[in-house]
Amino acid sequence: MSDQGEEPISLVLFSGTDDRLTAAAVLTAGAAALGRPVHIFLQYWALDAFRADKINMRRPLAPEAGPEGAAAVQQAHADGQQPWVETLRMAKEIGEVDIQACSLSMDILHLSADQLDPIVDGVEGVAAFYVNAGVGQVVFI
Amino acid sequence: MTLTESNPTGTGQVTTLDAKGLKCPMPIVKTAQAIKNVSSGDLLEVLTTDPGAVADFAAWSRSTGNELVEQTVADGVYRFVLRRK
Repeated sequence: MSDQGEEPISLVLFSGTDDRLTAAAVLTAGAAALGRPVHIFLQYWALDAFRADKINMRRPLAPEAGPEGAAAVQQAHADGQQPWVETLRMAKEIGEVDIQACSLSMDILHLSADQLDPIVDGVEGVAAFYVNAGVGQVVFI
Repeated sequence: MTLTESNPTGTGQVTTLDAKGLKCPMPIVKTAQAIKNVSSGDLLEVLTTDPGAVADFAAWSRSTGNELVEQTVADGVYRFVLRRK
């Protein structure tokens, strides 16, 4: 085993754009494939994207994409790139991936737990997030 | 020497995973899935067209302890042979 085999990685998802959610899903799947536990903390617009009634919706892109970037992303989807939520589901199948909603964001967006897609494992506060992150890296997306 | 002959510990079974055409991180994700169905000591052969796979499979092997026993490339297809630990 290497020095980082079991070291957890924590991702804070803030943005609800398709490109950032896809990037986060790819990072999650890669970490899961390496056997590293992944903690995902959903805030603001990322949390909104995990609503049961919105999780399969086409999301906008980050502003820096521009028309050229938007065309490239659209082409990737047309060529069969799977949606970010499918990549996350696959990551959960192969590894230890825990997805938690930020309780403050739940409050701000007037959401209750039953409105979230079942891929979300629960609701927690920032203290629980930090304790679960432990000594592992935290990445904000 | 065939793959089976080079396998001293497993049941002699070689599983092949065709991940050609899949983009990062799917080759390594499918590999992590497929290795679960391989007996300890047996071999998993993975075929991929993702150029990032060369670095990825080396890192995955180092991190998970599944040995990378063979690595070849021909006509844009990368082939990795892994022995389940």
